[in-house]
This record gives sequence, C-alpha cells and structure tokens, in this order.
Amino acid sequence: MIKSYKFRRHLSNFIIYLILGVMCIIWIMPFVYLVLHSLRLDGGVIDNGALLPKQLTFQHYIDLFAGNAPSGAGKATLYFPQWFTNTFIVACFSCVISTLSVLAVSYTFSRLRFGVRKTLMNIAMILGMFPGFMTMIAMYYLLKIMHLDGTLFALVLCYSCGAGLGFQISKGFFDTIPRALDEAATIDGATKNQIFWKIILPMSKPIVVYTVLTAFIGPWTDFILAKIIMGDDVSKYTVAIGLQKMISAEFRSSYFQQFMAGSVVVAIPITLLFLKMQKYYVGGVTAGGVKG
Amino acid sequence: MTYVEYKQLSPWQKFTYNFTKTIKALPGGLAKFFKGIGMAIVNFFVGIGKGFKFYGTTFVKGDWATKLSYVIFGFGSFHKGKYYKGILYFLVECLYVLFLIFFGAEQLYWLPTLGIIEQHTEIIDGFPVVVQGQSSMQILLYATLTLVVTLVVFIIYISNIKDAYYHQQLKERGEKPTSLKTDAKEFLDGKYHITLLSFPILMICIFNILPLIFMILIAFTNYNGTDHINLFDWVGFQNFGNLLNVVDSAKKAQTFFGIAGWTLIWAVAATFSNYILGMIVALMINKKGIKLKSVFRTMFVITIAVPQFVSLLLMSQLLAEDGAFNMLLAYFNGGVNPHINFLGGSALTARLTVIIVNCWVGIPYTILSMSGILMNIPEDLYESARIDGASPFKTFTKITLPYMIFVTTPQLITAFVGNINNFNVIFLLTGGNPSNPDYFNAGHTDILVTWLYNLSMGSGVQDYGLASAIGILVFIICATLSLIIYNNSKSMKDEEAFS
Repeated sequence: MIKSYKFRRHLSNFIIYLILGVMCIIWIMPFVYLVLHSLRLDGGVIDNGALLPKQLTFQHYIDLFAGNAPSGAGKATLYFPQWFTNTFIVACFSCVISTLSVLAVSYTFSRLRFGVRKTLMNIAMILGMFPGFMTMIAMYYLLKIMHLDGTLFALVLCYSCGAGLGFQISKGFFDTIPRALDEAATIDGATKNQIFWKIILPMSKPIVVYTVLTAFIGPWTDFILAKIIMGDDVSKYTVAIGLQKMISAEFRSSYFQQFMAGSVVVAIPITLLFLKMQKYYVGGVTAGGVKG
Repeated sequence: MTYVEYKQLSPWQKFTYNFTKTIKALPGGLAKFFKGIGMAIVNFFVGIGKGFKFYGTTFVKGDWATKLSYVIFGFGSFHKGKYYKGILYFLVECLYVLFLIFFGAEQLYWLPTLGIIEQHTEIIDGFPVVVQGQSSMQILLYATLTLVVTLVVFIIYISNIKDAYYHQQLKERGEKPTSLKTDAKEFLDGKYHITLLSFPILMICIFNILPLIFMILIAFTNYNGTDHINLFDWVGFQNFGNLLNVVDSAKKAQTFFGIAGWTLIWAVAATFSNYILGMIVALMINKKGIKLKSVFRTMFVITIAVPQFVSLLLMSQLLAEDGAFNMLLAYFNGGVNPHINFLGGSALTARLTVIIVNCWVGIPYTILSMSGILMNIPEDLYESARIDGASPFKTFTKITLPYMIFVTTPQLITAFVGNINNFNVIFLLTGGNPSNPDYFNAGHTDILVTWLYNLSMGSGVQDYGLASAIGILVFIICATLSLIIYNNSKSMKDEEAFS
C-alpha cells in the first residue's frame, strides 16, 4: 500500500517534470532561436532550411553598432547607434520627470488629506479607462502646433506627462508604512515636506528603484507614440520602432539579421532588470487587482 | 444565513453561496451604479447652485473692495494688505483678457461652424494669389484650449472672491493677513498637496485631458481623411449612428458588429485560456515534492521580461510563411515545407494562431500572480482533507479550485478588460490581417482598438470621427465593467469567506 502510494507519487511527479520540461522548451525556444540566429553567418531571413545555424559570427552585432549596412544592401539607411542614443537620452529625461511626478502624486494620495483627494483619484481612474491611442492623434497635433513634432523633447514630454496617473503601485507601498512614524515626526516639528524627503523616501528605496526602472524601460519598449511623433524621419527613431522598421517589407530581406541582433541587445538588459524587480511586480499585480 | 451556518459550509459551498449572492446582487449593483451616476449629476448641480448662492451672498455681505473684486481680480485681497496675492490675481486677469483678445475670442467665434473659408485663389493687384483656407482641426483644438483656460481662470476667479471675503472677515475681526513668508512655508506643510500635485496635474491637463476633450468633440464631427481633410462640420450623433445602424450605413455597422463580436470572442478566449492553463502550470510548479521551482518559474518569467515588442515581433517572424515554424513542420513533413501562412492565410488560422500565441505571452503572467496566492492556501485545509480520505483530485476540485477562483475573480475581470484593449498582441502579430473586403478598413483579426488605430493613424481610409466614436464606446464598455468590479470587489473583500 505504502509502496504503491510512493510509486504513484513518483509517477505523477515524473509526468509533471516532463510536462514542465516540454513547456519550458516551448517557452524558451523562440529566444534561443533569436540568439542563435543573431549570430548566424549566412545572411537573409532563412538559412537554407536549417533550423540551427552552421557557422556563428559576431559580425551582425558589429555591423549594428558601427552602423554598417548589411552586406549587399549598399549604404546604411537604418542607423542603429543613432536610435540607441536617441532612446537613451529620452529614457534618462523622462525617467527623472516621471519618477518625481509618480512619487509626488502617490505620496500626496497616500499621506495627505485634503478636500478634493477622492475626486482627483476617481478622475485618475476614469482617465485610465480611455483607450490610450484615442488621444495620440490629438497629442500629435498639439505638439505640431507647438512646433515640437519630430523632436526628442516631444517624446520626453509624452512619456512623462501621463506618468502621474500610474501612482497605484507606489501608493500601495506608501500605505504600508506605518502612519505612527509621520505622527511622531509631526510632533517633533517636521513639516510634510521633511516627512516626505527624510522619512518616507528613505524607507521606500525598493519602490523608488522600481519606479525609476519602469520609467527608464518605458521608452525602450514603446513603438506607437514614437512612430506617430517621428513619422518617416528614421534618424529620430527610437530602438523599438527602428527594429520594427527593419522587418518591414522594404528592409526585411537585408536587415533581418541585424533585427535579430538588435532585439537581443535591447532584450538582455531589460530582461535582467525585470528578473530583479519581479517581486515588486507581483505585489503590484495582486494589489492592483483588489484595490482597483 | 447566520454566521455560524456560513462557517459550517464547505469551501465549495461557500464559494457557490458567494457566487450566487454576487450574481443576485448584480442587478441591484447595476441599479446602484446608475443611481450613483444620477446622484453624482444631482450633486454636481446642487454644487453649482450652492456656488451661485455663495456668489450672491458674498456680494451682498462684501464691502466695496470685495464687491470690486467681482470685476477686478485681487482687488479685495490687495486692499486688505495681502499685496502679493492681489497682484497675482490681477496678473491672471490681465493675461486672460489679453489671451482672449488676441487669440481665444476668434477661436470661440469659429467654434459653432468650425470655419468656412476654403483654400481659394484671389485676384490681388491683378495677380492670382492662393489664400490659405481655415483648418477646422486647428480651430477646434484652439477652441478647446480656450475653454480649458477659461475653466481654470474661472476657478481662480472664484478663489479670488473667496480670498477677498476671507480677508474682509479677517479685518473685521481685527487680525492681520499672513505674510508672504508664512504662506510660502505653508506650501511645504499644510498645503503641501498643492506643491506636489500642481506640476503633475498641469502636465496631465495639457497632454491627457486636453487631447481627450478634443477627441471626444471630434466624435461629433465628420472629420476624415478623404473629403473633410481641412474643413469639417458638426454632425451630432451621426458617427455613433453609423456604427450601430445596420440598415443605412451597412458597411460601417457590419464592420462594427463583426469586430465587436470578434473582440468579445477574443477577450473571452484569451482571458480564460490564460487563466486556466496558467493555473494548471502554476499548480504543477507549486506542487509539493517538485524541485527546481524557481528555475521553472524564471524560465516562464523570461517571456514577460523580454519586452513585448521583441517577443511578439519575433513570433510574427517565426510564424511567417518562410519562418522557422514552417521549417520545423518540414522536418515532420518529409522535408517538404508546407508554407502555411499562419498570420495572413485564412481568417480561422489567423485567429487561432493569435489566441495560441497570446497563451505563450500571457500564461507566465498568470503563473506569476497565482504562485503567490497558491502558497497562501491554509495547509490545514489539505491536511484535514487527507485525513478524511479525499483523493488528490477531490482536494483539487473542493479546496484549491474554489479558493483560487474566489481570490482571483477581480483579477480575472481586470484581465478581461485588459484583453479588450490588448493592442500589442494583435497589432504586432497580424496587424489585423488577413484583410476583409466586407469590412470598412479592417481585417479579420482586428479588434476594436486596432480598428481605432487603423482609422486614425494606420494606412488606408482614415475617419477620425468614427475612430473617436469607437474610442468612446470602448471606454463605456470598459468603464462599466471596471466600476461593477470595483463596487463588488470591495463587498467581496469584506466577506472574508476564506479567512
């Protein structure tokens, strides 16, 4: 009896390992393919019907960062280093502005009590329910009127302006810090300003890091807004739309490998950052689901 | 049912009890929801009425300086010794008047007609000169801007009256107004919310609210990319009529209902496939005796971690006609590449592929959020079940499943709303293809939001008015769903059925 129970448990565990193993392979395979084929020597979309590359090379990465045209494509029309710099600049600036506004808004809603607090939070919730790109076309015209269309500054504005609306996760974090600390500080004569900078922020390092990183990653992954603002001006593209451009019908046959390499270059740092941050992410998902 | 009776129910019965209760409460909840909206509107008008009352009584009670600040901003404050505030208010008024004279008034004048002058040629001094026509879009945008500015100035105007009256009362009590220095200090303490919120709110007003109002107004015009590019007119609810009226505007309405149907199928299929499969995988990973839990979890999480545009573009390439997936099939097909066009072939293949790829993208999210919940199921529930001789299958259906469903229902509905708006997966994988000639600028896999994108920013026929109308409809659907969850999740939380 005991034996058969043990046997059954082993069998079921074995089956589970098998299923999980197969699923892991399915989930990971595309990325392995991505990395392997970014190193493939032969150009083009397919490698003569072979799933595994026959010869490996770093040439595509070198081409990518040197801004060389892929062999046979003539002059380089797609200039990855430029995109990379663009995205980096935009990411840095919008990161600073977004982080400041997110932290300010979430501290306000978490700690300060004033008349229109509930109203403002409801307005923020309602604004979040409109489909995002409904306003993009208007945003574009607005920027055009300000003569900002096609500039990196416009992108910074667009990425950081709405940041204040995404306060839920950090507000949830601030809510968990005991209010007794605030009260003690107030009794000692601290102003709300001092409480924010000297008590709440030092205690919220994880959420500050989380906010900074999400704000920094945003511009690297957005591909709609940037495309609308930049239009056809390839030199002002960010990495995401640039890579998308590489596999458009026009460039796909020659730039496919650089697309693979570029994807790897963008994906690796973001993946590592995300794996570091995932515990906050889980907290945010579960908290957001219930609190709305 | 009393509390004791409730506590004696098995988890499954508790769940069914709560579930039926929720369903029964739904009509009431809906009624409450609409009543709430009604009350909000009533309160709004009551608030306006109170505002008028305040406006009137203050005018009667105010001294001559307060009365004068009804016309000249900040006069009352200035007169009572609050100089900097009075000057600021007055500056606002001056700037607003200048703004109206040189800019706003003209825009508001053209707002009802949205401009009538087309581009035309005039003979000036015997030479034909091309005269630029008006741009309705520009007029509408500027007029919206003027209205928003006016609203802000109106709020400042009211606060100016309040301030004047406040200082009048202060003076009657024989007190002195506070100095600039104390006021500035107050902005770091008692009024700290104003300091912190002013910048984010300003940004949100300019780049979120202003465009939003503009686009909502666009929904009531005939602005499109074919015959109303520069000049367009107000058309009332015609765009909504076009979407919903099957008889008169057959093509647009047909597209709308077709796409809305597919959006619904897509949202249901995507949500539940992710939910159920993700739950199964999460259960497998978290099963007792399975080792390498974190390794498995990390493997799945990598899919989330890689930016979505990379993983989805990669998938679209793998599934292309000359992509890796077809080559893989060739190995099993005796070396003959079947060249299946997964994403652009027949409507059915494309739709199925999209749903399956969405599983690949979405299951890790479910695993991630479920793992935490699974670890929180009280162990004693399982122990007592084992002692009672329940089989693993029974424990699953009687304990794990009810618990999971109970805890994750709000998440499930949030995911449903998210899938209605799931732009990335559709756009990056198929871009709405294969195209459907019976549809108005849309394809078989287009959902409402990608259709919105096609109509406003994509290639092909553009119809901004229609796009905005779709946006508003999507908003109404999502907002209703979210508000119902929001109201119910609170009540669910208070129940604490599984405590």
